[in-house]
Amino acid sequence: MTHLLEINNLDVKFDTDEGRITAIDNVSLTLDQGKVLGIVGESGSGKSVTAKSIMQLNPGNTIYNDNAEIIIDDENVLKFTSKNDLKKIRGGKVSMIFQEPMASFAPAIKIGSQMVEQLMIHKPLDKNKAKNISIDMLNRVGIADAEKRFNQYAFELSGGMRQRAMIAMALSTMPKLLLADEPTTALDVTIQAQVINLIKDIIKEFNMGVIFITHDLGVIAQVADDVAVMYLGSVVERGPVNEILKNPKHPYTRGLLNALPDINNLDAPLTPIPGNIPSPLERPTGCVFRTRCPNPTHDCREGNIEMALIEISPGHWVDKCCINCG
Amino acid sequence: MKENIVSVNNLSVSFDYQENFLSKKQKIKAVNNINIKIKKGSFFGLVGESGSGKTTLGRAILGANKISSGNVIFHDDDRDFDLTTITSKEMKEYRKKAQLIFQDPYAALSPRMTVRDIIAEPLEVMKITTSREETDERVRDIAAKCRLNLEHLRRFPHAFSGGQRQRISIARALVSNPKFIVADESVAALDVSIQADILNLLKQLQQELNLTYLFISHDLSVVAHVCDIVAVMYLGHIVEMAPSRELFSNPRHSYTKALLSSIPSVDPENKSKAIELQGEIPSAMNPPSGCVFRTRCPNPTHDCKEGNIEMGLKEVSPNHWVDQCCVNCA
Ligand SMILES: Nc1ncnc2c1ncn2[C@@H]1O[C@H](COP(=O)(O)OP(=O)(O)OP(=O)(O)O)[C@@H](O)[C@H]1O
Ligand SMILES: Nc1ncnc2c1ncn2[C@@H]1O[C@H](COP(=O)(O)OP(=O)(O)O)[C@@H](O)[C@H]1O
Ligand code: SF4
Ligand code: SF4
Ligand SMILES: [Mg+2]
Ligand SMILES: [Mg+2]
Repeated sequence: MTHLLEINNLDVKFDTDEGRITAIDNVSLTLDQGKVLGIVGESGSGKSVTAKSIMQLNPGNTIYNDNAEIIIDDENVLKFTSKNDLKKIRGGKVSMIFQEPMASFAPAIKIGSQMVEQLMIHKPLDKNKAKNISIDMLNRVGIADAEKRFNQYAFELSGGMRQRAMIAMALSTMPKLLLADEPTTALDVTIQAQVINLIKDIIKEFNMGVIFITHDLGVIAQVADDVAVMYLGSVVERGPVNEILKNPKHPYTRGLLNALPDINNLDAPLTPIPGNIPSPLERPTGCVFRTRCPNPTHDCREGNIEMALIEISPGHWVDKCCINCG
Repeated sequence: MKENIVSVNNLSVSFDYQENFLSKKQKIKAVNNINIKIKKGSFFGLVGESGSGKTTLGRAILGANKISSGNVIFHDDDRDFDLTTITSKEMKEYRKKAQLIFQDPYAALSPRMTVRDIIAEPLEVMKITTSREETDERVRDIAAKCRLNLEHLRRFPHAFSGGQRQRISIARALVSNPKFIVADESVAALDVSIQADILNLLKQLQQELNLTYLFISHDLSVVAHVCDIVAVMYLGHIVEMAPSRELFSNPRHSYTKALLSSIPSVDPENKSKAIELQGEIPSAMNPPSGCVFRTRCPNPTHDCKEGNIEMGLKEVSPNHWVDQCCVNCA
């Protein structure tokens, strides 16, 4: 079966004043139509860079490796350079929503005008049709008075409504793949619950694939089918959400769960992962997690261990070096 | 010894708001007739959606917001401070006793000061220490208690991770040896692992230094883990208040129930549905009359407009207080 999205052996490096840093190291992921892939990990683990790579939205100092592939519809979109090709993955087959909806809207242009303009870039529609589709989409994401909102500026909407409007704009081109980067992080739990339900409904209705980035394992548990756990640019473990959250193998995944305040288990102590995330300039060789691993089973430096994900049960992949860790 | 460290009595805080200079001045009642007592040594949680008035209440207790009516009393061992009538001289004394830890460790720290100077500043501003040696000793002492490395004191804050910066701002808040701390969204910007570390640190410091916290957060799981008593705020009102475990296992107010049901469970098989609230919190400029929650209440038991109901906390079981209009709401 072909996947909706296939990422193979992706490395991403950035040239900075302090040197060349590795932001993503050999990441491979797949996503099928109608499914949600959650990506979790601490700040700086490479979640956003991974998502941006799919749309080639990383800035000019970015270096991709030659053998990396990001495959959508049999095409390696990393090789796209022409305007026309890029259009296919920026707002065409792929759309992205962000934590801060103001990032999606120009402050001085009405929401409706932006939606219409966006649509007409990607679809052969006249202005009137584009307007109708936009208003319909605002309606479908639960915005009351869609026609009125169409003529307003983003700053005139409340936080939750802005989030909905951004989702409406992202969906109006009917993308096959939606990249959602912390779309609920800035919201109150009550509004978060609304947005999560909205995204679930949309997936059913449009049969899209979604990459849902968050650092909240509770949100992952509620929305994702599969989850990839990232640490310092590497996917250390991935698999079906139930399996990863209930039967985590990698010490980093376990560490995240042990640090989390679980509302259903108030007696559990909150155990931090020891130490700090190393700077990407000082990325450990061997196991990336070894500077913080609570009980390394052996000396996990380069040469002593082999890194690469292997499948330990159907769909459950974990770093080979760490199948039997702590 | 006095049992409570803070008493808030019928407190209201209003702001004047004017859209532009032509429009009429309006009043925003950010805190509306609130009564709470904070027990000495407690970890008092304050939860609610953004805009519910948590920060305003915290700032009013610290004397940083003008009190419109009612009062706030801070009970020190040997004397009381009445924040409604406090003189500027007493205020200087009060500042040493009650301190704030900020939400954003990035914005809160001046980039041009060394960590030592950041932590020392309150001592110098409040003229608590008399010599550089004394200042240095207190800075080193509190830095060590906050698990900061002493060699870090010479560095600038930009060189530090989020967790370390939050420890710096905690050390700064604690250096004057306060008894009462308002922690306003102090872990909201942190990753879970760092958050766990900071929460453990706050707990440990509470024991070591006999602190009382007002812990403001919109994260209910965090509050459930660290607080021993929790008050739920909505549109300027406290709608429910109870010991933490009691509140989380036996919520009585419809708003509390909806809030708790919205917490995403980390168990993928527990897809218990959130009680979805319609829309968002109304503007504090035009709060609903009667029950403040009635525009979003999923199933009002009756017509909860003004005249039909009576607002105000009522004790329904020992230490469990619920808005009396909603003692038996669905
Ligand atoms: N344009 C860039 N130039 C240099 N470094 C960058 C650039 N963009 C990202 N990075 C670095 O790449 C790493 C991964 O960043 P990324 O934004 O993907 O993290 P993230 O997992 O999304 O974190 P967060 O949870 O904070 O959003 C970080 O070390 C970051 O500092
Ligand atoms: N200085 C101010 N001037 C006008 N309105 C304010 C001011 N501070 C707070 N408010 C309003 O008071 C209400 C409560 O705000 P706040 O205490 O910050 O809530 P929270 O901390 O719970 O998010 C909001 O409606 C807010 O807009
Ligand atoms: S045991 Fe070794 S390989 Fe496994 S996570 Fe720890 S450091 Fe890495
Ligand atoms: S008083 Fe009425 S509107 Fe208010 S919470 Fe109770 S049932 Fe709902
Ligand atoms: Mg990110
Ligand atoms: Mg606030």
